[in-house]
Amino acid sequence: MRIPCPFCGERDLQEYSFLGEAGLKRPDPEASDAQKQFHDYVHIRKNTAGTTSELWLHTYGCRSWIVVQRNTLTHEIFSSEFASDTLKELTK
Amino acid sequence: MSQINRLAEGGLINRSKRLKFSFDGKEFEGFEGDTLASALIANGVSLFGRSFKYHRPRGVLTAGSEEPNALVELRSGNRLEPNTRATTIELFDGLAANSQNRWPSLDIDVLSINSLMAPLLTAGFYYKTFMWPASFWEKIYEPAIRRAAGLGKPPEGFDPDHYEKSFAHCDVLVIGAGPAGISAALAAGRAGAQVILCDEGPRLGGRLLSDKEYINDKPALDWVRDSTLELENLANIRILRRTTVFGIYDHGVYGAIERVSDHMAIPREFSPRQRSYRIITKRAILCSGAIERTMVFGDNDRPGIMLGSAVRTYVNQYAAIPGKRGVVVTSSNDGLSTVETLKKNGVQVDAIVDTRNGDMIQHALGGKRVQAVQIIDKNGKTREVECDLVSISNGWNPSLHLTCHLGSRPVWDENKNAFLPGKLPSGLAVAGAAQGRFSLQEALYDGIRTGNEAAELAGFDPKQFETPSAEPEIFDHRPIWRIKASKGKRFVDFQHDVTDLDIELANREGFKSVEHMKRYTTLGMATDQGKTANVAGLAILGEVSNRTISEVGTTIFRPPYTPVTLGALAGHHKHHEFRPTRLTPSHKWASERGAVFVETGLWMRAQYFPKYSGENWLDAMIREVKGTREAAGVCDVSTLGKIDIQGEDAAVFLDRIYTGTFSTLPIGRVRYGLMLREDGFVFDDGTTARLGEKHFLMTTTTAGAAKVMAHLEFCHQVLWPELNIAFTSVTEQWAQYSIAGPNARAVLETLIDPNIDISNDSFSYMACKSITICGNIPARLFRISFSGELAYEIGVPNRYGDALIRALMDVGKKYGLIPYGLEALTTMRIEKGHVAGGELNGQTTPRDLGLNKMVSQKKDCIGKHLSERPALLEKNRPILVGLKSISGKSNLSAGAHFLDIGSNPSLDNDLGHMTSTTYSPTLNCWIGLGLLKNGRERLGGTIRAVDFMRKTDVLVEICDPIFVDINGERLRG
Ligand SMILES: [Zn+2]
Repeated sequence: MRIPCPFCGERDLQEYSFLGEAGLKRPDPEASDAQKQFHDYVHIRKNTAGTTSELWLHTYGCRSWIVVQRNTLTHEIFSSEFASDTLKELTK
Repeated sequence: MSQINRLAEGGLINRSKRLKFSFDGKEFEGFEGDTLASALIANGVSLFGRSFKYHRPRGVLTAGSEEPNALVELRSGNRLEPNTRATTIELFDGLAANSQNRWPSLDIDVLSINSLMAPLLTAGFYYKTFMWPASFWEKIYEPAIRRAAGLGKPPEGFDPDHYEKSFAHCDVLVIGAGPAGISAALAAGRAGAQVILCDEGPRLGGRLLSDKEYINDKPALDWVRDSTLELENLANIRILRRTTVFGIYDHGVYGAIERVSDHMAIPREFSPRQRSYRIITKRAILCSGAIERTMVFGDNDRPGIMLGSAVRTYVNQYAAIPGKRGVVVTSSNDGLSTVETLKKNGVQVDAIVDTRNGDMIQHALGGKRVQAVQIIDKNGKTREVECDLVSISNGWNPSLHLTCHLGSRPVWDENKNAFLPGKLPSGLAVAGAAQGRFSLQEALYDGIRTGNEAAELAGFDPKQFETPSAEPEIFDHRPIWRIKASKGKRFVDFQHDVTDLDIELANREGFKSVEHMKRYTTLGMATDQGKTANVAGLAILGEVSNRTISEVGTTIFRPPYTPVTLGALAGHHKHHEFRPTRLTPSHKWASERGAVFVETGLWMRAQYFPKYSGENWLDAMIREVKGTREAAGVCDVSTLGKIDIQGEDAAVFLDRIYTGTFSTLPIGRVRYGLMLREDGFVFDDGTTARLGEKHFLMTTTTAGAAKVMAHLEFCHQVLWPELNIAFTSVTEQWAQYSIAGPNARAVLETLIDPNIDISNDSFSYMACKSITICGNIPARLFRISFSGELAYEIGVPNRYGDALIRALMDVGKKYGLIPYGLEALTTMRIEKGHVAGGELNGQTTPRDLGLNKMVSQKKDCIGKHLSERPALLEKNRPILVGLKSISGKSNLSAGAHFLDIGSNPSLDNDLGHMTSTTYSPTLNCWIGLGLLKNGRERLGGTIRAVDFMRKTDVLVEICDPIFVDINGERLRG
């Protein structure tokens, strides 16, 4: 597999580590049902068969966390961008 | 006489270079350019081995990598290679090969009695025959079957050769260098694309090497020669000979193996035996040709029965005659060109069985070699024809294996009577016979077309040039799947000894799905993956279940296309090079002192420092602990992860990462920190020092360093990108030593530069500061203690690490300073009740470890909410306690389970388990840490620690986890 890194360009799979679903928002710790929200945040996943948004770390590269749009059935990759809004801004 | 079956002239062999070789100890001679199979055929050898289950005599069926029968053991000693196909082994001087799966010899094989046991060895025999009683399986059945069935034996020692791994990049990858592949490479190369052209064999040409074809009215070999020359002279084309592309992976990644030295006795100096490639390409063209099909008739496995294409290859390419009297069986025009080839080279053709005319072969006669065949003509008249060679042509199966590797299934084509590639992997095109376009003209045309297209799609401008012309061919083929009326065993899969009756049986017993039939009969599951067997098997399954081939469908091909040596995938990553080895700054010094090392993660750490040769670890550990607690000890702790954290928001960030508060930590102070995973369990621990307002130095456990770094980066980049902060791993930049014991301060004071005050008043417990030592060498000093003694950690830039340990030992002599290793370090931390790997097992919360005071209730942090889930607060959750052996002498073991005295060992009665144990020199008895239900309430009680693995059952007293200096007076002293 080849994964494009927004900083380094296209690199081999073995340079990356996989984490899981992207786009999860860490709950507000002050919320009245915070524990329930944290439970869902940690454990509940869509587990989509199809196009997903995933977090990868470019471990043996620039060490950016990136969000990759990938089809889990075909492994087709549609896009990859920095997970960090700050990095997104900086590299515009 | 040598080479009795060699033609006087012709063939692509170098007759001026004679090569000696041996087979089963017998000496032979062949020529450069031969394969082992062609050289043996030239020497009149037709028996190559015995079959897998029935030990039937087997010869050569094919002339390529699809060979199911002629498997031999190549070379000897640790270079021995079992199951090597004689048809692909290039002959070299001194080659030694042996037949396999026979005893005592190939000629007389007593285990061919398996043939008599055949009824027991039919499809699914291992599921049925040997089911009962279960105890018989291990003791009787399995050893017996293993002795009788199977293929070659692996070598016993390590492979002495080197293997390499490599990346290669190109615009266009061309797989296979037959007429289609050569054309494709020429087209893409002329357009300017970077091309890699791979072929399994040592020379380009494919089928043109074995069939006497014409291109542009000239011998096709002229075209091959001219094209090879052009390809070799184009700077943008790289030709990889002896290279098999074995798999397709995602996004244009292709796996290939180059057999760099397999055609030599031993590799040249500095040269690997094989090299594995990951080829990364924009486009690829599969030009892998097709594999001829055999026919399923009685005793169709007799040596001397061969595919027509193989017959022509041996005669035309190798000038080796596989027989003197031939019978040609064919269901297409291919057989007619075999007849022509045989006749032209003096082989008598006694019968031509063209099944399209209604003639049929019934069965073969003979044992170690075919002696005759029985033929039935269209009028039902049978006759026997004597022969020693039977050529079979029954159509072709496109070599489309690679097109399936990403999950696509081939599609049956009624007109071509063959499976053709289904949906293609993105970026791949197929040309020529691999696409079911079997004529030479189609191959040339497809090659140029796909080569041009690939170049264009990769961003190049194709050049216009004319397709060379070939002679017209008429395609007229009606396949014969099996001749049911024939006598004898009718083999479908030669390598796994699967017959048509096995397929019938599978169908009768309900294994009608092609996937079930395959696994029940093991059809196509041998090392050749059924390249010559699968399609006939599907056709027969269709016949007996009244389905068409396309209704039956096909199993899917998976990588590798042909067997791959594991060594080639491992490359240099073996033995000590399997993973990198990390050495501590004091490694050289420690080796000189005779330290015993232990691998912890990637690190080599000193386990203990024997005082005299042969001092065992326990004695050494006891001596090192006592020496440290009584005087002073030094230990290399550079392996602990060190992360430098800087930025405006560094303190805020640490508050969110750690359970404790770091924003209140004064500059020049150190604090212990506990990190949780978001699910509430303890993740890692360590100390963090505040070096400046916006500057912290975090330490992690040795094992946790990399994952903590990734975690911090995740929290920053993904959760809180608005924080202004940066991290750098500085583990390898600093050499760090722990100096512990009552004399620690005195030792240090002799090394630090004058006017630096480290007295207890000005540099108290948990202080830190930047200092200079030994005359202006920068250092960082931390007053932290893992051992429970008065202790410091001193860090210097890595390059001073070796000098510092030598200086410390030197000045420490008069203070009784000794080095201590990992064993003593562990013992002292257990005596002090510090948690480590055994306790931080991913299933413990701060509360379980008695560290709930470390969790600030004034703020949130990663994992705080979920660490307080109701189940994790339950009263009877196992919590950390100390344990002491009642007798003192009984060895405690980590992993032992706790039980009440008198209760049965069962899951219900389980009270928890021992997490760390050691012999304590300070308490003079075995002690441990463990997680025990209601541990706090049980303090002072006695329980059993039972370890069924190590067969121990010890009474232990439950106590506080801190065994030594409970009030911490020593470390503050
Ligand atoms: Zn990167």
